Amino acid sequence: MSRKAALIALALLGAACPSAGEGTPGWAMLPGGQFRSALALADAPQGSPVARFVMMEMPVTNQQFLEFVRANPRWQRDRVPTALAEPRYLSHWDGPTRLGNRSLPDGPVVWVSWFAADAYCRAGGARLPTWSEWEYAAAADATRRDARSDPAWRERILEWYAEPSVAVLPAVGTDAPNAYGVRDLHGLVWEWVEDYSALLVSADNREQGDPDELRFCGAGAISASDRESYAVLMRVAMLSALEGANATANVGFRCARGP
Amino acid sequence: MKRLRIAVVGLVFVALTMGARIACSAPPLPRDSIYQLDADLTDETGQAMAFSGLRGRPRVVTMFYTSCRYICPLIVDSIKTIERGLTAQERERVGFALISMDPERDNPAALKKVMAERRLDSSRWTLLRPAPGDLRALAGLLGIRYRALSDGEFNHSTMLVLVDAEGRVLARTERIGGDPEFLAAVHAAAAG
Repeated sequence: MSRKAALIALALLGAACPSAGEGTPGWAMLPGGQFRSALALADAPQGSPVARFVMMEMPVTNQQFLEFVRANPRWQRDRVPTALAEPRYLSHWDGPTRLGNRSLPDGPVVWVSWFAADAYCRAGGARLPTWSEWEYAAAADATRRDARSDPAWRERILEWYAEPSVAVLPAVGTDAPNAYGVRDLHGLVWEWVEDYSALLVSADNREQGDPDELRFCGAGAISASDRESYAVLMRVAMLSALEGANATANVGFRCARGP
Repeated sequence: MKRLRIAVVGLVFVALTMGARIACSAPPLPRDSIYQLDADLTDETGQAMAFSGLRGRPRVVTMFYTSCRYICPLIVDSIKTIERGLTAQERERVGFALISMDPERDNPAALKKVMAERRLDSSRWTLLRPAPGDLRALAGLLGIRYRALSDGEFNHSTMLVLVDAEGRVLARTERIGGDPEFLAAVHAAAAG
């Protein structure tokens, strides 16, 4: 009886997600440092410092997200506020709390809105990574922290973008870890970042030239300091086209914590 | 062991009664209400409030920041134009809420200064500082994109959102220079 009560108490406290920290299994530590984005940011031409942070080694899975919505019924697809998640939210599951054959338990969760991803991370005492953190982590290959200048590595990443989408996404973690121990940054899903809506060139700031380019022309028009980083620029184009309530077949997420 | 059981049962009881109190304080919001977002704000008088504290009358909601020299004064102007276009009776029924995208600098004093300088009627205008951790979510909800620049300015898009008393979106516009359809929607909301 007391065990049942304890379980109820835990559920009420929303303690469904493991908390994160350095040395926590499943989380990688990234030391940070000065980082030059592939985007030309007029106010930071020499790059920006990325502070030390921890990041989930793999994207959040269907099973993990299922546990979250079980503990937080407000985020089940038949109850979620429609201002925070569009109708296709979790539409690849068989039911509000049931996965089914279109969503492997170990597959990355997709069809999630930014608000839902944000709520998941917060429930675990974490947050979504920023775009800078994500780009910094994704610059590494298996042995180098910044492999972006290697044409062979770029080619391999671009191959994924050329492949047609699969109906059921494979399990997370089959990719080799990168130099920080993070997996699946390329090749599995696109990912929400905390500041997804910062990836625009404003249509309103009168001081900027060509303010509408990114919005209306996509990645081809963004001012890029590194024009060879197509994969990164495609991510930016994708994120800049999404609203926070949107959910799509290929966008998942992972959480971060720190500095 | 028995003590632990009592503690756990006590915790459950407290959690349940707290939940009941929250549930009974106000009728539930509709599922499509923007006020479903949990966000903490502080108004220009220093009063802390939940985002859902804005429910109760139709409102035009948008974002701005006080140190902005270019577009934000125009945002205030455009809402004042809407305000002037309403009948006295309609004016009584609507509210205007401007949420700062610069919570670092826009404390209640800075917001209050804008209220005074722009002669905004506090019976229907509310200027709000969001908790920094809730800023991106509020902007996303309103469909506003922004990026803080290193010089303290912001790149941002503009959107005026009209919601009914329960927070359901009635109209949106990016045209701050005057949008007849949006204005008609404000009239309709104020009349209803």
